[in-house]
Amino acid sequence: MTEIVVVSSGTGANSSSRLLGTRLAEAATAVLTERNQPVIVNHIELRVIASDLANYLVTGVASARLEDAFAQIRAADGVIAVTAVYNGSYTGLFKLFFDALGRDLLRGRPVLPAATGGTSRHSLVIEYAMVPLFYYLRALVSSVPVFAATSDWGASVGLDARIDDAARAFVNLMASSHPEKADASFDVTDFSTLLGG
Amino acid sequence: MQIGLFSVGDVTTDPTTGRTPSEHERIKAAVAIARKAEEIGLDVFAIGEHHNPPFHPSSPTTLLAYIAAQTSTITLSTATTLITTNDPVKLAEDYSVLQHLADGRVDLMLGRGNTGPVYPWFGKDIRDGIDLAIENYALLRRLWREEVVDWEGKFRTPLHGFTLAPQPLDGVAPFVWHGSIRSPQIAEQAAYYGDGFFHNNIFWNMGHTKQMVSLYRRRFEFHGHGPADTAIVGLGGQFFARKNSQDAINEFRPYFDVAPVYGHGPSLEEFMAETPLTVGSPQQVLERTLSFRQHVGHYQRQLFLLDHAGLPLKTVLEQLDILGELLPELRKGFAEGRPAHVPDAPSHASLVAARDAAAAAASELVGAGEAGR
Repeated sequence: MTEIVVVSSGTGANSSSRLLGTRLAEAATAVLTERNQPVIVNHIELRVIASDLANYLVTGVASARLEDAFAQIRAADGVIAVTAVYNGSYTGLFKLFFDALGRDLLRGRPVLPAATGGTSRHSLVIEYAMVPLFYYLRALVSSVPVFAATSDWGASVGLDARIDDAARAFVNLMASSHPEKADASFDVTDFSTLLGG
Repeated sequence: MQIGLFSVGDVTTDPTTGRTPSEHERIKAAVAIARKAEEIGLDVFAIGEHHNPPFHPSSPTTLLAYIAAQTSTITLSTATTLITTNDPVKLAEDYSVLQHLADGRVDLMLGRGNTGPVYPWFGKDIRDGIDLAIENYALLRRLWREEVVDWEGKFRTPLHGFTLAPQPLDGVAPFVWHGSIRSPQIAEQAAYYGDGFFHNNIFWNMGHTKQMVSLYRRRFEFHGHGPADTAIVGLGGQFFARKNSQDAINEFRPYFDVAPVYGHGPSLEEFMAETPLTVGSPQQVLERTLSFRQHVGHYQRQLFLLDHAGLPLKTVLEQLDILGELLPELRKGFAEGRPAHVPDAPSHASLVAARDAAAAAASELVGAGEAGR
């Protein structure tokens, strides 16, 4: 079973970020199905947990919804992370989630970055903002990201092909990686080792 | 089962009046609260240690020694004593003196302190927090247990032929708890030595607290101190109670909403759902508190945080009156279903008795050996 989690930070109920995430997940599902591999796709829409994230950052109290989102990431074979472009970068909400997630949950985990924006002039936001963030978090960043500008949605032929390419690269990356799924935060180092310091 | 209070010692503006108490008032209030705690029949009063405003308790043993002189039965403790930035030699000295003055009514809870800027003021670095806690405590234990200590470590100048003065009361070190919210290394440290483990609990959902406590219990057994359910566990908790639950919510909400630690964040209702905070009737407090056992097993010490968020002293003392009325039922509830082999938290008297019993058993063994010769 392959578990994919789509994290999208669009603020509208049917945002283009959510749509792009769904399309990428569908394309990845198609590739996995070709290979006779069952798939589960879960969506984390950050707009739904926006206040939970803000509360967590200032008080350290994680809501049940937030714990659930973290658990989904921990259980995922791969994460499709989609943001809108605000002021030349990912949105604050998008960063808030990965700040709250902590340093270890993306370590060694395949991530497919994707972004949406008003015009294609923003397309390098993936290379200049998203990829450094995921490198810092030690994620395995898929080499074929997708940027969708408003104009792409009308002329969907080019976008479809890019989505398929990205999905295939992402599935191949997932096939060759084994992200940690157990919660290591309660693992013990024997005290004699600690004393030896 | 010990029931008591722990206090951070913050100087916070009362949001309903805009009045900020002076440090002097808050220090005196800590004494009044500790006296009241004894009067209503509580077992423990613990105070934090901080070295930056808006907190007053930079010298906990001075405060606790004064309280010791004004009380006669309550156990005095800390929440927490900084094992990272304090010199373990000075800690051994200060708490030995306190133990003598209080006739043994003293234990302490060690913690690391999470305020980065404080560390360099004492020549330390927060990134060494765990290593400091481990090395400093290893030395502190030896200072309380060995008459002459030779010691070298990473974090302080070596000791050669050092003898602690005064030696601990009756030659028995104060019992030590280790407080940690999310560091498995500290739970492991407590388990390794067979010391107590305290989870502050108040900002966390029970699932997290449960995992930390069960880790400590498992490792307590692994290190040979007895079955996991005999490990010594303490929990924090907090409540605000009035006879009618809606009155409690209405009165506490303005304090909660702007409290320095959890204010401006989740709503009171969210915070109550996700952490052990109970705001409501005494009966609700009773039920919630007694439910903690279902998650962590039968435990030894329950400390409440009642003196916080800018609540005036008068209100805190009223909360203590309510706790006092609740106490018989709390004790009855905690005793229910508690297996006989689950121990109480060690006290000075029980530690002296255990030491003497062990010595008697050892001399009997020697005697038996001689008789057989």
